[in-house]
Amino acid sequence: MTPIPRRDRRPLSPPAAEVVAAATGGLSRRRLLGTGVAAGAGLALTACAPPSPPTGGPAAVKLPKDVSASDKTLRWANWTAYLDMNGKETKSPTLEAFIQQTGIQVSYSEDIDDNDSYYAKIGPQLRAGQSIDRDIITMTDWMAARIIRDQLCQPLELIQMPNVVNNLLQPLKDVSFDPGRQHSITWQSGFAGIGYNKEKVGRELKSLDDLWTDDLKGKVVVLSEFRDTAGLVMQSQGVDIDSDWGKAEFENALDFIEQKIEEGYIRKVKGNSYLEDLTSGNAVAGITWSGDIFILAYDTEDPNWTFAIPESGGTLWSDNMMVPITSTHRRNAERLMDYYYDPAVAAQVAAWVNYVCPVDGAQAEMEKIDPDLAESPLIFPTADYIAEKNIQAFRVLDADEDIEFADLWSTKVMGN
Amino acid sequence: MSSLAQVSQVAGDPAVHPTAPAPETQKRGWTAYLLLLPGALWLGVFFVLPLVQLATVSLQSRYPGFPGYYYRDVNLDNYVSALTDYAPHFARSFLYAGLATFLAFVVAYPLAYAMAFKAGRWRNLMMICVIAPFFTSFILRTFAWSQILADEGWVAGTLNFLHLLPGGHIINTPVAVIAGLTYNFLPFMVLPIYASLERADPRVIEAGGDLYANGFTTFRTVTLPMSMPGVLAGTLLTFIPAAGDFVNMELLGPQRGKMVGNVINDQFLAIPGGYPVASALSFTLMAAILVMVFLYVRRFGTEELV
Repeated sequence: MTPIPRRDRRPLSPPAAEVVAAATGGLSRRRLLGTGVAAGAGLALTACAPPSPPTGGPAAVKLPKDVSASDKTLRWANWTAYLDMNGKETKSPTLEAFIQQTGIQVSYSEDIDDNDSYYAKIGPQLRAGQSIDRDIITMTDWMAARIIRDQLCQPLELIQMPNVVNNLLQPLKDVSFDPGRQHSITWQSGFAGIGYNKEKVGRELKSLDDLWTDDLKGKVVVLSEFRDTAGLVMQSQGVDIDSDWGKAEFENALDFIEQKIEEGYIRKVKGNSYLEDLTSGNAVAGITWSGDIFILAYDTEDPNWTFAIPESGGTLWSDNMMVPITSTHRRNAERLMDYYYDPAVAAQVAAWVNYVCPVDGAQAEMEKIDPDLAESPLIFPTADYIAEKNIQAFRVLDADEDIEFADLWSTKVMGN
Repeated sequence: MSSLAQVSQVAGDPAVHPTAPAPETQKRGWTAYLLLLPGALWLGVFFVLPLVQLATVSLQSRYPGFPGYYYRDVNLDNYVSALTDYAPHFARSFLYAGLATFLAFVVAYPLAYAMAFKAGRWRNLMMICVIAPFFTSFILRTFAWSQILADEGWVAGTLNFLHLLPGGHIINTPVAVIAGLTYNFLPFMVLPIYASLERADPRVIEAGGDLYANGFTTFRTVTLPMSMPGVLAGTLLTFIPAAGDFVNMELLGPQRGKMVGNVINDQFLAIPGGYPVASALSFTLMAAILVMVFLYVRRFGTEELV
């Protein structure tokens, strides 16, 4: 795997940097929101300027008592089609083996449909110090960055995870949002590109523009994750999404997508549930995640489901395992993370999910399972493949852009 | 002392002992307040407090430079934005909810009528059939509809085969949304209408026949007016939740032309720092529904609700 070029957060002026440091450390949304009665009583009748942010160093993170030793359970929230499953899709062989090996009962749930909606559910609970009944959550890079910044996850003990230390791919050992991987461990990486049913479409789809044809009108779904959908469109408009670009380029892409929705080409903009539209026949093509399409082909027993990186390029992202701040099973979580960094286990997962495997040595193990898959660039991409296909990571947005772009996406594309 | 007070009460002259009210009266007064206490507490904690909180949030401003943070303010822009940017969403919500209420009425009235007057020993079974959907989650039922109405499902398939489906699909159209709303809130229409029809005195209806009115006239002048409290309650119970609903639009609706519930949902969940606008939208929706209900009850109101 090739190093992923990353753009660092735009440097702030020194006073601003101070403010950010103070705010991210000592300021909580709850404190600013105030509590109902006090806020109601204190409501002044004149509009006021923003109060100066509270000063003070970062609050010490208070970790709950870990009960892993006595309570051998673990609850893991993940996305759909993201773990190896047996033929009936009732159990995961690797997870069963882990349970056998360690005696830790794992309850696995496919809770996450979309980063935003999942974060909106757990964020307020975590800030209030409440349990979310999950010990591992799996979030995409930019959301992981937000959770780490807001101190809503626990620091991890790398010393407990020799497999992770030894086998995590070099470029992922130091990512901008989590230097030294103190808080998050990559679960899988993947690409966004075009997913389609070759038989139903009746031809090969090579570029993004191949989606906007009359025979596919109303049969196309795209992802609600704007870093993927807008990212692909921006690439097709000639923007390097990992380098410096601004609001204008983003808006151009949204205008384009908006037009395609209004003309009826794009039927729906969805989270991971887009798979249901592809299964039920409401859509036959779309902007999708790479691994999903392989599982779809398996589930529907239809080998015509195909994934392609558009000619103009694709996006690359990672999802990261994290332990929420209120979890009392951190040690159990670390054992599971370490287990999945055993190359043999990682290869078994990769053979099923077909996402980019973050584990060094898994390619050699894959040779034993399926030599074809060991050669698949969608699981073990080479640096050449990434460069040749123009696969890029969406650049990190600063705090203001984060809001502004989410707003634009919501009004222009989601139709709200 | 107490017997004197009683006497003066009986005599209807409280001025005789103005400083010594009857102990029974005082006790009764306190009992009433005590009985009210649980309800008042409930309302205070679970209705008034959240409402005050929502009102304060709806006036807050985003903290510049800190996504997801607010400060206390009187920012009426949130309301301006709610009313101008999202006016079409409000209009659509009321239109779809209105249509769904009307359709639910058209379906529910004959059903309730049959249950009340014609069902005989089938009445309990019919009642169970009306209530049975509540045993499954609202979302699951709506999701089931998204499967039934899917492009390759049998409904769309049959209609397409007969060339009766302009546009080629049912799901992801406003029609599917209105159908979903009608389906989901139908029991709230059936039950109150049934309750008021069931209570109606059949002798009054027979009297209509005795006075040479034909079936239709009897229905129009006797049965329908007698069931108006149920109709009123049913329309309110259907329209109010339907106007704020977002699930049907999310699962069955098109990408364009969302309802106001979807905007609120999106502002709360998807946009960092969307809480104030979402709160302002919620308040505006509440106020608009309150005004509409007030006008409606004044126009069509009866002495009693079911």
